[in-house]
Amino acid sequence: MSMELRTSPHLVSDRSVERIMKHVVLSLLPVCAFSVWQYGLSALALLLAVTATCLATERLFNRAADQPSTLGDWSATITGVLLALTLPPAFPLWMGAVAGFVAIAIGKVLFGGLGCNVFNPALIGRAFVQASFPAAITTWVPAFSAQRFTEFAPTTFTVPLMIPPDVADWVKQQAVDAFTGATPLARWKFENVTASAWDFLSGAVTASAGETSAILILAGGIYLAARKFMDWRITVAVLGSAALTAWLFQMVDPSHYPSPTFVLLSGGLMLGAVFMATDMATSPVTPLGVWIYGAVIGVVTVMIRYFGGLTEGVMYAILFANAMAPLIDKYTQPRVFGARQQGKKQ
Amino acid sequence: MSLPNKNDEGITFDTFMEGVWRQNPVFVMVLGMCPVMAVTVSAINGISMGIATTFVLVSSCLLVSLIRHLVPKEVRIATYIVIIATFVTLVDYFIQALSLALYEALGAFIQLIVVNCIILGRAEAHASKNPPLKAVVNALGMGVGFTIGLFALGGVREILGAGKLFGVTLFGDQFQPWVVMVLPPGGFFVLGGWLLLFALFRGKPATEGGHTHG
Repeated sequence: MSMELRTSPHLVSDRSVERIMKHVVLSLLPVCAFSVWQYGLSALALLLAVTATCLATERLFNRAADQPSTLGDWSATITGVLLALTLPPAFPLWMGAVAGFVAIAIGKVLFGGLGCNVFNPALIGRAFVQASFPAAITTWVPAFSAQRFTEFAPTTFTVPLMIPPDVADWVKQQAVDAFTGATPLARWKFENVTASAWDFLSGAVTASAGETSAILILAGGIYLAARKFMDWRITVAVLGSAALTAWLFQMVDPSHYPSPTFVLLSGGLMLGAVFMATDMATSPVTPLGVWIYGAVIGVVTVMIRYFGGLTEGVMYAILFANAMAPLIDKYTQPRVFGARQQGKKQ
Repeated sequence: MSLPNKNDEGITFDTFMEGVWRQNPVFVMVLGMCPVMAVTVSAINGISMGIATTFVLVSSCLLVSLIRHLVPKEVRIATYIVIIATFVTLVDYFIQALSLALYEALGAFIQLIVVNCIILGRAEAHASKNPPLKAVVNALGMGVGFTIGLFALGGVREILGAGKLFGVTLFGDQFQPWVVMVLPPGGFFVLGGWLLLFALFRGKPATEGGHTHG
């Protein structure tokens, strides 16, 4: 017979890690479903391949460390799904597998597993493949093509280690109107063309699988926030600061800078703000800290988009804020009730 | 030279193998990281750097060991640096004459062998306390260990970053290069991976005193 000894308080809460994670997976399912409906078989294969690699990597390291399996806490599943949603839908599967392995192995397990990781594992995986395969990660295929449920994009089954084939000819066969092969952010940056809010909401833009369903992402976020599985203040701070920064720039020069709506709906900002910035292990815990953390992400995202070499900045903004999180926590510790403030006389 | 030296235990196989395995400069001591990170984008660069460093290391240790009873303790570090710098200048000119392409690829890191901590470390910790032959054998082991380390990094980075090894194409011309591997972050990833593997091979637990659960 084994006895479990615990220190007080002996309160039992039903909010276990497994339960929260399970609900996050649940709230991501509509986003996945939408991306599969939009991009068809290629997006589905990518989702499955990346998630499977993440789970296999976690299991492999569990076994190597003689630890019990940690697949049951669902966190590796979330990493896999989120990572797949940030990749282009026709991303070669072998590159997706590399991303999944790096995400779990370098982003999470080497730091000591769930709760010990400094950075969001999914974004570590994406950052690695973005630095490794800059061409493949900016190759886009059109949404809602006619044959999306009957054939894969030619890049999906690229032979491992080989360059993915050119998709230009295949895209022409798809008979999709006005496909430019560039994301709305790239078109804004290089051609000064902005997409309308309706384009984003209907999914009629070129983007990563998870970047085109703002309403579903927000709905998932509201569900999680309502069940208190997620800190809504971080999401509000990210979106609010990004919108405010964009609004200030538009005030200064409306001809050059896009509207706050465009900034909020384009790219991965929505997915990042709802599902990635709110990662419990890598965000601050103090009441003031979460606002600062969210604001840093929002402002840095807009700054990278406007002044950086890259078209999208959410990933680096969140990784940057992840690195700042311990510092933010340190300087925003609330005063203990009744304790004297340091350096101040009573 | 007739003074008895208590460190003089004769030359064993371990005198040589110390640098290759037990005290490998790259994987165990983690010394000389500047050239390790900077020049290992290809296997040939790594090996050239390793050989250049080995030459300086062996020659300096020989000279330091020969004059170990003549140099006053107070000025020994300055003396070592002058000796090392002399051999580095030799290597610098030699490589420039041998292959200008290699000279340009290695860049300032040839001159920077002067400040490589492995060499000064060996001179101070070993050569200045041991007879010439033993110092040379030990320095050679360290040099070989360093070269192996540089080759291990350079090889992996060249294979993944360019699909080649020693300039020979391995996977055909359709190979997708992993751009990150020839960039500085790639050096850190590969070094981290090798350190992890080495720790596994040597059977040393990653953390002293066991794990913390929970």
